[in-house]
Amino acid sequence: MVRPRGVSRELIAVRVARELRDGMAVNLGIGLPTLVANYVPADVAVWFQAENGLLGYGGVAEAGAFDPDLINASGQPVTLRPGACCLDSAQAFAMIRGGHLDVAVLGGLQVSERGDLANWLVPERGGGSIGGAMDLALGARRVIVAMEHTTKGGAPRLLRRCTYPLTAARCVDLVVTDLAVVAVTPRGFELREVAPGVTPEEVQAVTEARLHPAPDVREMEF
Amino acid sequence: MRDKLFQSPQAAIHDLPEGATVMVGGFASAGVPEHLIRALVERGTAGLTVIVNSIAADRAVDALCRKRQVRKAVTSFAVRASAARRGLFEEQYRQGLVELELVPQGTLAERIRAGGAGIGAFYVPVAPGTVAAEGKETRVLNGRLHVLERPLRADFAFIRAHKADRAGNLVYRGAGRNFNAVMATAADVVVAEVDEVVEVGALDPEHVVTPGVYVDRLVVCRRGPVPWYQEEA
Repeated sequence: MVRPRGVSRELIAVRVARELRDGMAVNLGIGLPTLVANYVPADVAVWFQAENGLLGYGGVAEAGAFDPDLINASGQPVTLRPGACCLDSAQAFAMIRGGHLDVAVLGGLQVSERGDLANWLVPERGGGSIGGAMDLALGARRVIVAMEHTTKGGAPRLLRRCTYPLTAARCVDLVVTDLAVVAVTPRGFELREVAPGVTPEEVQAVTEARLHPAPDVREMEF
Repeated sequence: MRDKLFQSPQAAIHDLPEGATVMVGGFASAGVPEHLIRALVERGTAGLTVIVNSIAADRAVDALCRKRQVRKAVTSFAVRASAARRGLFEEQYRQGLVELELVPQGTLAERIRAGGAGIGAFYVPVAPGTVAAEGKETRVLNGRLHVLERPLRADFAFIRAHKADRAGNLVYRGAGRNFNAVMATAADVVVAEVDEVVEVGALDPEHVVTPGVYVDRLVVCRRGPVPWYQEEA
């Protein structure tokens, strides 16, 4: 089975950005999710929260004089939008755990059909880094996972049950990958969109769990 | 008024004992008390338990592992995403030389807050059924499974702030307050390194983030264009 060719990481971020609405408070996880900040339409004002202590940062800053105190949780330089404010870590996580964020966009290693997320430990590597992932996964009102559909070796990441240690159970609402947009519903994964040039059958072939096609499976729009 | 200002980072930590528990503020490049950490690296004090958000991303704290000063880390980040850029702590952890307590970041912040606020223990809905909850009491509250978490305190806390007055009131810059503001409440000896110390009354009381009552010692350390731990890397 040849893995179909999916869209770029940037286009995954563009597609996730389409889920965000004016006025939302949104946290972007480390890695691919941080790209989302750069693709929000100019007329949509999103309050991006960085758990290291900023609410209201803009996109990743252009190269120039680096200010070590103006960074997102990935350590990347950011700009502050008018109306931004600074938080300490306890307050940042009170905001997260207390349900004050509309959306968290997180990276993923595995997602199960009941919405379990595993994203903090590759067992073969050991050790692990939890960061803010466990707090974000269960605290945000809506959790979107942005990731490649399979591992580099082609192993499925959308599974019946996660085999890696969990970040949180039953927390994921939507998965956006390079091949598809998949919602977690009471009956399992619902295939809503496929990447341009990719068929639902091709997506199913690289997905371990069963995909229930939505009544109107569409092509991903960016 | 007792003078809190010390002349050097070395002087400000002169009595930090072997086997101490030390909280270290900072998050990636923001608000890192790098001069206090360097003084501790030079001092060579061993057997330390370090409480820090990310021992994997914090190259200054990782330098404490060069001469095996760290016995245990309580942290939310212990492993870097890239195996090629593995830190010293991670290396020593894989060899079984150091102890690791991995804590979700929000729970880490709240345990420190609780330590400073006189809270005996508290329940969070974070991490039930995961490794971070192993061995901990659980309880269903409001229909959700919660984990009982205990407070954290330390012998010393190293804080980085922007400005202090001589009474120890602190203000921060940008994302610099991160774990600093909460760690300032939870240690027996709180040492803050700052860009500048001003006279009492020069800070707007409405802008003070860390009240001076928490802060025991101050030292002025300006940051160069490149931190020492990057220069040495």
